Amino acid sequence: MSATLEAARSADPKSSPPAMSGNKVSVFYGAKQALFEVDLDIERHQVTSLIGPSGCGKSTFLRSLNRMNDTIEGCRVEGKITLDGQDIYDRSIDVVELRARVGMVFQKPNPFPKSIYENVAYGPRIHGLSRNKAELDDIVTSSIRRAGLWNEVKDRLNEPGTGLSGGQQQRLCIARAIATQPEVLLMDEPCSALDPIATAIVEELIDELRENFTIVIVTHSMQQAARVSQKTAFFHLGKLIEEGKTEDIFTNPKNKQTQDYITGRIG
Amino acid sequence: MSTLNEHIVSSFEDELTNLNKSISEMGGMVEQAITESANALLRLDHQKAQDVRQFDRKIDEMQQRINDAAVSIIARRQPMAADLRMVVTAIQVANDLERTGDMAKQLAKRALQIETLGLAPKFYNGVKHMTELVARQLKMALDAYLARDSKAAVEVCNRDDEVDALHTSLFRELLTYMMEDPRNITQCTHLLFCAKSLERVGDHATNIAEAAYYLETGLHLAAEAQQRSPR
Repeated sequence: MSATLEAARSADPKSSPPAMSGNKVSVFYGAKQALFEVDLDIERHQVTSLIGPSGCGKSTFLRSLNRMNDTIEGCRVEGKITLDGQDIYDRSIDVVELRARVGMVFQKPNPFPKSIYENVAYGPRIHGLSRNKAELDDIVTSSIRRAGLWNEVKDRLNEPGTGLSGGQQQRLCIARAIATQPEVLLMDEPCSALDPIATAIVEELIDELRENFTIVIVTHSMQQAARVSQKTAFFHLGKLIEEGKTEDIFTNPKNKQTQDYITGRIG
Repeated sequence: MSTLNEHIVSSFEDELTNLNKSISEMGGMVEQAITESANALLRLDHQKAQDVRQFDRKIDEMQQRINDAAVSIIARRQPMAADLRMVVTAIQVANDLERTGDMAKQLAKRALQIETLGLAPKFYNGVKHMTELVARQLKMALDAYLARDSKAAVEVCNRDDEVDALHTSLFRELLTYMMEDPRNITQCTHLLFCAKSLERVGDHATNIAEAAYYLETGLHLAAEAQQRSPR
């Protein structure tokens, strides 16, 4: 617990423009509005955590950041979301390329039913990021290393990814997500299916990854948000209630709803 | 953010309430110890002085209980925001109260040492006045803490200057008595140490008031004061 808030150690002031920026983002599922005019900046090389009760819109917002919502029938996004200043809902945007730049890791580890090597090689291959086998090998190796999985799998790269433990599978999914060199990594409750040790390893990894990537994480664990993120945004009933430095949110939130939620009171 | 709703987990709510009660109880014990020890000193009441020294052990035990409860809450509940501040300040306040209890013990000890000397009222009037002042400071600080009243907390901090001023003037006064007649030196030196102890109690009261301010606002009073009046 002593290191909890220390995670905010290098929440540096806005020296560079945000990696992603949401401006009055509203999301509708058919007639039902799930998100109401959310303004939120995702700062570069920081971990931003989105917290809030179930159905508050945090996952909806996360999914709109790489247009995962496009796959849901009847889903409509209003407002503007930019990646490096570019509107990601613009017609000229290639969604497949966008998702290579804004990668995603899901709640349940979901490796492809292929070998460990192929799981990681798949993305770079379809995006043409390597010219030959040697380059591809390099990408796969370095991605697995960065995901902190190398020592555990280096001798079994040709075995199926599904044969790994849950924590290892999740790190394999992270390796797969970073293999395409994304700028932003979205994580939707990446540790909720993992045991505490695997969770700690993934959290450690998240802290290391933010050196090279910008990370947005949805989590139901308040302690996790406090541990891993520099910025926290609290959602409730589709609205962004409060955002700020993680340290401030967890020691001295300004909003009563935030206070009630993070302290486990009835809101 | 003044009134908080109840916790979903009612046992957590109970634990926080009990922690607050313990602080209140310990505060009462320490206030009593200060008043009694000062009375023992002024009336040279041997029995009372002994009682205060015994009582200090209970105060120490109380601090231990509060610390254990706070550590247990942190370990099992991972308190956040206002709850976290409540638990952390409970540890601080209990510590200041324990130190204040020690000061009461010091006063009682002095009472036992000077009981054979006999004291002239003009010597101890200042100490008496100072005891009243710091006892009031302590009470106000505790009230501010328990009521989560940051305004009252600021008032306590501002009044600490009064305690300091009184301490300084008492020092001069006792020095004068000593110069008047060297036979006064022993008594007045004892009283000087008592004044010092009381001044320390005032400082602990200020600490408690600062904790009260932090508890309610999440801000540090000293830093706030500096920002408001940059000298």
